[in-house]
Amino acid sequence: MQKQAIFQSKLLPYALVAPQLAIVLIFFYWPALQAVIQSFLLQDAFGLSTSFVWFDNYLELLKDRAYFEAIVRTFFFSFAIAVSSLSFALLLAVMADKPLRGSMLYRTLLIWPYAVAPPVVGVLWIFMLHPSLGVLSRYLRALGIDWNPMLDGDQAAALIILAAAWKQISYNFLFFLAGLQSIPRSVLEAAAIDGARPMRRFWTVTFPLLSPTIFFLLVVNIVYAFFDTFGIIDTMTRGGPGTSTVTLVYKVYSDGLLGGNLGSSAAQSVILMIMVIVLTGIQFRFVERKVTY
Amino acid sequence: MANVTLRSVRKTYPGGFEAIKGVDVDVGDGQFCVLVGPSGCGKSTLLRMVAGLETVTGGEIDIGGRIVNQVEPADRDIAMVFQNYALYPHMSVYNNMAYGLRNRGMAEAEIKSRVEEAARVLELSPMLERKPRQLSGGQRQRVAMGRAIVRQPKVFLFDEPLSNLDAKLRIAMRVEIRKLQRRLNTTSIYVTHDQLEAMTLADILVVMNGGQVEQVGNPLAIYEKPATTFVASFIGAPPMNLMSTRPEEIKSQLGGSASDVGILGIRPEDFVITDQTPAGGVALPLTVEAIERVGAETFVYGSREQEEQRVAATPGELPPGEIIVRIPGTEAPAIGAKIRVAAVRAKLHLFSGDGRTRIEA
Repeated sequence: MQKQAIFQSKLLPYALVAPQLAIVLIFFYWPALQAVIQSFLLQDAFGLSTSFVWFDNYLELLKDRAYFEAIVRTFFFSFAIAVSSLSFALLLAVMADKPLRGSMLYRTLLIWPYAVAPPVVGVLWIFMLHPSLGVLSRYLRALGIDWNPMLDGDQAAALIILAAAWKQISYNFLFFLAGLQSIPRSVLEAAAIDGARPMRRFWTVTFPLLSPTIFFLLVVNIVYAFFDTFGIIDTMTRGGPGTSTVTLVYKVYSDGLLGGNLGSSAAQSVILMIMVIVLTGIQFRFVERKVTY
Repeated sequence: MANVTLRSVRKTYPGGFEAIKGVDVDVGDGQFCVLVGPSGCGKSTLLRMVAGLETVTGGEIDIGGRIVNQVEPADRDIAMVFQNYALYPHMSVYNNMAYGLRNRGMAEAEIKSRVEEAARVLELSPMLERKPRQLSGGQRQRVAMGRAIVRQPKVFLFDEPLSNLDAKLRIAMRVEIRKLQRRLNTTSIYVTHDQLEAMTLADILVVMNGGQVEQVGNPLAIYEKPATTFVASFIGAPPMNLMSTRPEEIKSQLGGSASDVGILGIRPEDFVITDQTPAGGVALPLTVEAIERVGAETFVYGSREQEEQRVAATPGELPPGEIIVRIPGTEAPAIGAKIRVAAVRAKLHLFSGDGRTRIEA
């Protein structure tokens, strides 16, 4: 049974949703529509003439090796960020779930990083890991590691993954903690009486029961790694060195705003838009059905 | 097969709350022991201590001649049936029952035969591949039972296993549990707040209140000779009528050494409506206030004409001055009628003024 409000007037419900609709239309649909239109246009270098080129911008992208590399890189980043932040958050949540003294404080502190904006996260980690200024860089060098993310692309990538994953740990932690607390205590007690040691209990009971949470977070983390890491990349590496930290979203920005190639940039953003739609579609489909266990 | 012995077992929570204040119980091999009491009396805590799910603050828990205070739940050789069944929701019925056996490294063939045997006994054979959420409450309950019996443990522990079932199923499952326990002859400890369940299941009944044992014994012996007013009003439905009395009054009527008697108890079924006063017994004039007919018997609620107040043994009992009389059949006096009820000497229960001691006059 679904709850249904009954309105006397036919106009009132429309009036009530109008503000929300207006915001969505003006700030989401309009720019999206513009991007779609733009992606079919080609401008000359001086911006004097614009011509309609159908799918040429898209076809260009398919032939562009740098774009292909950005796709691979983005997927790799997403995977690395999602896996590292999910596993670390799960570890923290499992520890916070135990009835310990001061667990409230511990939990609160763990939630804080979520409130930090991505660019600030970038600046924070740069302070610690900058090759010449960073506090941690000194120790890394003392350990014999030639730490210089300004020159070494792999190190720069690692830095981005580290900072992005760190920020997402809080969010994941919160959901994992809620997920863990929704597992009935008696089920775990039954498993303990059934002779399952803590590790086995975790892998055979807790983990399967968390699978809906894990799946939900996986999608959220991938979306986050795809789109919300822009601020971190821009403050930390600006896509460099070379193009070693250019992700799809960063490429939209650098090709369009820095490179001035609006047509290609728009085409890239339309492709991203389709990816988001697909990801969200998957999520809705599964969240509604629930991951069955 | 094992005895379970509790020796002055105590439990104090970190906050200082004393949940169990020294409990001594001895459950013989193959016996069915029921812990009964109102909610918050510590009966579940005590059971969880036997299971190893709660730490023991003081005293000893002995299962089969081994002190298990420091032993992990898994190593106590016990099986527990939880109130909410605590089935593994992501596992099939088969795997729910097999889980504990697999954890102990039993061969798959042996697991299969044990699970199938348990499923046959519990009539779960057609649903072995189903998930718990596809089962009804009664079926889940049976899976929980099955999970316990496949292990063939030394002791079964039941934590209010029937309280989530509807009344009809509860009675059916009650009988099933008793039959199963008799057949397997496994020592069992069963927690309930339902005194009827307690009476029908128990070989040994342990009545608990406020973290202490009020009385231990055979259920009928407890019913016939309750040790305190708490037990008197908790065991038996409707509860025993308790009246405060003056010692000299009792003395003159009953004679003997009943000097410190303060409370007189009479069970509703021990009253008869009569004009005579039996020798050594008591008679009470009553005004009928309400009648409840339940078919085979009728409950008459009457108020006493004297000013003496009925002592409420526990909060939430009948209002002072009210007496319940149980009579067979459906014949009953009219509301407002003045009647006289009497009980013979053998049916009187005498307690000290604080209700803590039974007095045999």
